[in-house]
Amino acid sequence: MSVVSPGAGAPNLSSGAISGRRRFSNHLATAFIALSVILAVIPLALVCYYVLAKGASVVSWEFLSSDVPRSPRREGGGIWPAIVGTLLITGAAALMAIPLGVLGAVYLNEYGKNRPLARVIRTMADVMTGVPSIVMGLFIYVAWVTQVGSQSGFAGALALGCLMLPIVIRTTEEILRLVPDDLRQASAALGARRWRTTVTVVLPAAVSGITSGAMLAVARAAGETAPLLATIGLVYTANYSLMEGNTALPMLIFRNAAQPFDPAQQRAWGAALALVVIVVAFTIIARVISSRFAIKDY
Amino acid sequence: MTQTLEKPAPPADKSLSSRGGGATGDRVFAALCVTAGVAVLAILALILFTTTQQALPALRESGLGFFTGADWIANDPDGDGPAGPTFGARAFIFGTFVVSAVALVVAVPISIAIALFLTELAPRRLRAVAVTVIDLLAAVPSVVFGLWGILVVAPALVPVYDWLHGAVGGVPVLGSIFGPPVSSGRSFMTAGLILAIMIVPIITSISREVFNTVPSAHKQAAVALGATRWEMIKGAVMPHSFGGLVGGVMLGLGRAMGETIAVALTIGAATQITANVLQSGNALPSVIAQQFGESSGVHRSALIGLGVVLFVLTVIVNLLARVVVRRAEIRMKGTAK
Repeated sequence: MSVVSPGAGAPNLSSGAISGRRRFSNHLATAFIALSVILAVIPLALVCYYVLAKGASVVSWEFLSSDVPRSPRREGGGIWPAIVGTLLITGAAALMAIPLGVLGAVYLNEYGKNRPLARVIRTMADVMTGVPSIVMGLFIYVAWVTQVGSQSGFAGALALGCLMLPIVIRTTEEILRLVPDDLRQASAALGARRWRTTVTVVLPAAVSGITSGAMLAVARAAGETAPLLATIGLVYTANYSLMEGNTALPMLIFRNAAQPFDPAQQRAWGAALALVVIVVAFTIIARVISSRFAIKDY
Repeated sequence: MTQTLEKPAPPADKSLSSRGGGATGDRVFAALCVTAGVAVLAILALILFTTTQQALPALRESGLGFFTGADWIANDPDGDGPAGPTFGARAFIFGTFVVSAVALVVAVPISIAIALFLTELAPRRLRAVAVTVIDLLAAVPSVVFGLWGILVVAPALVPVYDWLHGAVGGVPVLGSIFGPPVSSGRSFMTAGLILAIMIVPIITSISREVFNTVPSAHKQAAVALGATRWEMIKGAVMPHSFGGLVGGVMLGLGRAMGETIAVALTIGAATQITANVLQSGNALPSVIAQQFGESSGVHRSALIGLGVVLFVLTVIVNLLARVVVRRAEIRMKGTAK
């Protein structure tokens, strides 16, 4: 019959009752977490600052449109051949890797599912994402350049394509998995064959996600240096053909960064700004596409 | 009514049963997709096969010494060394592991803390900002980090290294790890720090996925028992996520081992095995990047051999990481009812 009333003897549940040691370790952990976030922002801010500040003082119309000087220590000159090379080689790589990667993802999600072969391919695609980019370059050097006999922009595109392929496969598969099964069943009920269903129903439903994944892969490939080292050779004037030697922005930066001469370092900063602008442009386009045209819930 | 239902009229148009061509179209398309999938396997097999084949001349010349030898002398202008070129990868394998270790020691606590911030602490608006920062960090090309590292970070760290060596130089173990620094600032430590920045995004994103799988019932139970936020993380989040975190760290290790350009620019290009992380050294991928252009013959073959060693090491690390992550996933799904 007696109603227990809170008051004497009830535990104090307010936060003030936490012992000093526990409160201290809680605050310490929170402080460490906050510090870590700041520690991650600092290098990003510093890199952005240096690339913008040092790069902006170098970049001019003349810098962007001139040929690369033959000696890195010479003043003047520009980076136009490297811009052309980067766009050309990355574009060719995308043309090779994206269709192949999308088809591979279609296999994994529409045909393979959980079959042993599909599981092996899935694991190996993950492993391939982790293969160092320089190994891709050596592979294309061995398998293509030594067979054909010359370094070329096309060889560089092959190496970048190998790098992009697993990224495209895995991101595309993730997107295809989001396409509701109702769509496939509706299409099948209308009598469409499986390939017709895939090409006219599933892929269009997923096209925005696929595009954004592909753009991210392109952005990553555009900034890669290592696969190009052994494959694309070296030119000083713009080369619009894929079949001969070429150059690229990351290569230009790498070659100039280690030079003790001021003109070379200035050129490297300018090229870095151009490269970052290209990469960030691809990344932003990918984000806009994926946020604006996200898969709708049917 | 019923009659028409029982006996439907035969399809007026025969193509209704085979819209989009016959069975051939289906088979061709399926074959096309399988081929694309198998291309991944083919490329991986070809990488191992062709590069090993090209590396054979160097492997034959150096034998097992290719993996255990500490000397790497491609050409010897003054002729006081051994008669022929000597290729031993031990110093570079050592360097790869030292740099990766430095990177992991710095990056792992920071990445896990950021992931905790994103999943447990951050208000919604701050979370979006933090995710953008991490994404941007992942988007910066490695050569730009290298450029920044060699021209800005390495010179700036020289006085720090001097001070560090002066402060702990007399202490037994720390004294040999932080020995006399190299004057250019290009060292294992600098390369490791730059690498740490580059692997923070991958470890963060995987840790975040792992933390997101912790059932909120566990967390609420911990808080209901009177745990502070830190005790909730320690008691409910961490035990659940440990396996996944290990996998994420190993993926970061794989990335760190294979990173080429930023390390090539900041590590200082010296062939030596030393406990002193403030000294210059070299790592497998950066040696290839630095020397490939000027190499020929056996030297080039030896560099491709380094590539094979690197390929095998990273594939092993990545496979192990995937196995660990998958195991953890299965376990987490089993408990998260």
